[in-house]
Amino acid sequence: MTELKYYQAVQQALAEELARDPRSLLMGEDVGRPGGIFAQSRGLYNEFGPNRVIDTPAGELGFVGAAVGMAMTGLRPIVEISFADFFATCFDQVVNQAAKLRFMSGGQAAIPITFTSFGGGGLNAGPQHSSTYEAILGGIPGLRVVTAATPADAKGLLKTAIREDDPVVVLFHKGLLQERGDVPDGEHLTPIGVAEVCRAGHDLTIATWAGGRRRSLAAAEQLAADGIEAEVIDLRSIQPLDAATVADSVRRTRRLLIVQETVGFSGIGGELALQVGELAFDYLDAPIGRLSAPFAPTAFSPPLEQAYLPAPERIVETARELLA
Amino acid sequence: MSEGTLTGERLELAVRIYDTMLRIRRFEERVGELFAAGELPGFVHLSIGQESVAAGIVSALRDDDFITATHRGHGHILAKGARIAPMMAELFGRTTGYCKGKGGSMHIVDIAIGVLGANGILGAGQPIAVGAAMSARLRGTDQVVATFFGEGASAQGAVHEAMNLAGCWQAPILFVAEINGYAELTPYEIHASVPSIAVRGAAYGIPATTVDGVDVLAVHDAATEAVAAIRAGGGPRMIEIRTQRWHGHYEGDPQRYRPDEELARLPELDPLAHLEPRLLAAGVERARLDALDADVRRELDEALEFARQSPLPDASALLEDVYAR
Repeated sequence: MTELKYYQAVQQALAEELARDPRSLLMGEDVGRPGGIFAQSRGLYNEFGPNRVIDTPAGELGFVGAAVGMAMTGLRPIVEISFADFFATCFDQVVNQAAKLRFMSGGQAAIPITFTSFGGGGLNAGPQHSSTYEAILGGIPGLRVVTAATPADAKGLLKTAIREDDPVVVLFHKGLLQERGDVPDGEHLTPIGVAEVCRAGHDLTIATWAGGRRRSLAAAEQLAADGIEAEVIDLRSIQPLDAATVADSVRRTRRLLIVQETVGFSGIGGELALQVGELAFDYLDAPIGRLSAPFAPTAFSPPLEQAYLPAPERIVETARELLA
Repeated sequence: MSEGTLTGERLELAVRIYDTMLRIRRFEERVGELFAAGELPGFVHLSIGQESVAAGIVSALRDDDFITATHRGHGHILAKGARIAPMMAELFGRTTGYCKGKGGSMHIVDIAIGVLGANGILGAGQPIAVGAAMSARLRGTDQVVATFFGEGASAQGAVHEAMNLAGCWQAPILFVAEINGYAELTPYEIHASVPSIAVRGAAYGIPATTVDGVDVLAVHDAATEAVAAIRAGGGPRMIEIRTQRWHGHYEGDPQRYRPDEELARLPELDPLAHLEPRLLAAGVERARLDALDADVRRELDEALEFARQSPLPDASALLEDVYAR
């Protein structure tokens, strides 16, 4: 176990997996010689060379398509879409090609691509550099989508994703880049499709993911000061979604609050609420609550962005209403 | 134009290329009939008149080379060696089709013979092809990728990104611009900023030539020269081929947007009709060409029977092949 920063955990996973499988390669804007826009691939170019760590032109549509062609011919590309907003520029290759090709080809084509991307607000990066598209991407059959909220999961989820034989989107969070945490050395594989109970409690369940984990844990500490014990669950995996772990918790706590940094409409929270309703409706003592972002793009100005994201105080407030 | 009397190996090559074009022509004609008869679900795009593009280019490739095809891709795929029966079965939506009936006409894939897929999205095949070409280099092979795209796709940003990427990487790829005069229903001069797509090669450092698709041997010769240069490490090339689309954008398209005189000229621009007299003049027996025709017609009859007899997929197949596990 070593304490690492979040971005260092990403780098460690990339280094280990590139060393493990000679068919793998890392490609994207600035990932090679510059070492990554977030220093997440620092040193890899020197270690693995230009055929394994490839700087691309700033054209996601082109290089994501190239990754599809590489994947169809025996390579295992790790493709960085540096800011998650940029998925919009290569949507066709992600959605119509990478995601559908196994199916469309009747199972002939394997597309073992790992998409890494940094999403989320908190850095005053403005409306086109703060989005995170897990709700959209999670609704695309053929894709797996995971979100990493800790350095350990950044490493473990990325390593697992790279070994999958299907396209997996690993969404990192820009607001967590400097977060520190213990990261298991060497072989550390976080399973895809398994949520983590990251705080035990019996009064209500808070289900969240990505940047919402840190916020929810902070809220849980504030609630604990008043004797309210919240169980906090980090979904980690968006597609597939581990509603069963949340439902198990709800059967004990009888209340569910979903906290998300993204807009509510067509969101993960709505889907989770329905699935938990199917599994544990009879156990609920209150309607399922959801704290989500306003239906607006993320904004640049610091007070606007702070108001956009669910502050721990607002999580506490919403939790109290649910318990009232 | 390729000139001169055909003899020896050149003549045998010409017969093989003629046979490929004939296979495509007869396949497309049969598909058109089946579609008109209401036997095929969905819609199809036929390449009648454009056979020289597929046959001329692919005849310059090796078996282990790759292609990506277009939405009008039956010809490219047949030229690469696809079997007619699973192609026909795919068009019928049967489990015995190349894609188990999940893809259809626009999505036929046969990785074993180097067909990385037709594509329903204009311009999507070109970045994929650049990746396959880069993959060949990274894997240490001397495989080449030929990627077909039409003039409609030439307006897609993906094609420009792919050409830039191929230029940056010096990828072993041949861009084949198949110019049939129309992007769907819209004529060339409305949607293309330059009189020739080939001139765009220079913008990406890609040597490009234009060939008249009437003469399949000229297409073959241009492709042979380009592929040799690419395989020798010379980086990407482009060939633009001027050709003619006989049928509409989709089967059933009445083509009211095409001038009568343009449609009337199509027979004289037929690549099969152009090659056939040259073969006969070189001493190929009429009976040999007739036998080739009879062979493909029989193969089509058998494929049709196979497709019609094949089972339709069960609904449970919907959740198969979405993920590896």
